[in-house]
Amino acid sequence: MEFFSEISAIQNIVYIISSILFITGIKMLGKEDTAVKGNFLSAFAMFIAVGITVIGVVDPFVLLIGIALGAIIGSSIALKVKMTSIPEMVALFNGFGGLATFLIAWSEFNSIPDNLFQHILIVVTVFIGGVTFTGSLIAYGKLSEKIKIAKTSIITKIFTTVFYASLIFLTYSIVQPVMPILDFDFFTVLLVLTLLAGIGFVLPIGGGDMPVVISLLNSLSGIAAAFAGLLLLNNVLIVAGSLVGASGLILTIIMAKAMNRSITNILFVGYASSSSSSTSEEQGEVSPISVGDAYLILESASSVLIVPGYGMAVAQAQHVVRELGELLEANGTEVKYGIHPVAGRMPGHMNVLLAEANVPYDVLAEPDDVNPTMDAVDVAVVIGANDVVNPSATEEPGSPIYGMPIIEVHKAKTVFVLKRSMSSGFAGVQNPLFFKQNTRMLFGDAKESIGGLVSEFKE
Amino acid sequence: METYMLLGFVLILSIYLGLELISKVPSTLHTPLMSGANAISGIALVGALVLSTNSNLQGVIAFFAVTFASINVFGGYLVTNRMLKMFKKK
Repeated sequence: MEFFSEISAIQNIVYIISSILFITGIKMLGKEDTAVKGNFLSAFAMFIAVGITVIGVVDPFVLLIGIALGAIIGSSIALKVKMTSIPEMVALFNGFGGLATFLIAWSEFNSIPDNLFQHILIVVTVFIGGVTFTGSLIAYGKLSEKIKIAKTSIITKIFTTVFYASLIFLTYSIVQPVMPILDFDFFTVLLVLTLLAGIGFVLPIGGGDMPVVISLLNSLSGIAAAFAGLLLLNNVLIVAGSLVGASGLILTIIMAKAMNRSITNILFVGYASSSSSSTSEEQGEVSPISVGDAYLILESASSVLIVPGYGMAVAQAQHVVRELGELLEANGTEVKYGIHPVAGRMPGHMNVLLAEANVPYDVLAEPDDVNPTMDAVDVAVVIGANDVVNPSATEEPGSPIYGMPIIEVHKAKTVFVLKRSMSSGFAGVQNPLFFKQNTRMLFGDAKESIGGLVSEFKE
Repeated sequence: METYMLLGFVLILSIYLGLELISKVPSTLHTPLMSGANAISGIALVGALVLSTNSNLQGVIAFFAVTFASINVFGGYLVTNRMLKMFKKK
């Protein structure tokens, strides 16, 4: 017995050290120069916390097999995955973390629901963990385009209804111990409803709103872990879980701000499907341009701003974009990249893609940095971005996206818009940028168009 | 109950600390931060390891909890590391 009490004292000391390392690690992860070290530090913190816990387990054999299995699966996914599939990978891993807390709370329900406070903790942890799990799986499906169910589809509506029903049942479950005993297994119902609720939570949310949902699910997985820590009276779970909860929350807020929408609007309302109020009459003609003519203009430009969006990710055009950027620089042109925080499908999506293509991160600028000097830009090249460069956001008070901070490419001397067709963006709003005097449309696949420009430069 | 109050205090302080630490993160690091934080949420592994395995059902639950949390931990850290290695200065 003495051995175990000593182990628990040592365990607690190691947990404190581990907590401090987690805190330092996540702090370093937030700065470019120290990020790699920060990640290592947090991995080390995880290692010692897990290590000291395993030592205390009476019969660790089966659990070690579990760890080994998880290590093999996790590592092989992480090392094989293409960088373009990062968004769905993060969603998937996040889901597994949620599932683990869901299972922890389930197991605890079977062993110790002896007071009301513990009961509430278990119910809430089951719910958050379960919603994180299935919600992340749906996010994974949507991001990898394996799930394509429209917001208006009947399936979506059924699951949304289940989501709201589950909230009511959650309330019942919380007060269940003080309610008159009803003869049914409420906890099993809760487990099932929770898993369905996660589906109903994420299914109606559209692609362009994915950055917000992913950040929120990230935050929830941390909060679930922190609650599991309260349940198990384990302080390292509480500290680490809270840090994740906080960082996810910050990202969620940054994303929502970048769209000028509230989090509730994004999660439960979505864009107004059609905005008849917005003035879409006076649009006029678009002016297409050929690759050859675009080359001539770029060739004589002295400053170029490249603005990528989800379309660049779809077309896998990041490598040719980098090549074009380098050729322009070799030609004496100043090249910058304007990155909108919500361009793409997750926070920082464009940054990762461009980093993969070897674009150094110091030429990637945020809207606030590029907008003031937009007049001096000779050519703004918009690659598969739409809503984030839509001037309605600043010019048309009736527009659904009015007030959203955008990259004001329409103020540049010339704008090239690379686009497949004239379809509107995620928000379903027509983009007046396409009809402006200084805009030239370069229709076609972004990768081919840019590739064409690159070969013109090489000749 | 007193223990819960104390741990609740730790919870609130940690969230506050987290908000303070990460409030000004450059957008370049949004994805790595999310992915790195995601790996940290695999700390649930520590919780999964101490679960009781008295009954068969609990044994199975604990095994799956450990396995999935481990996927989260290993996958999360490795993906984050791969991503961060790509970020280069000029």
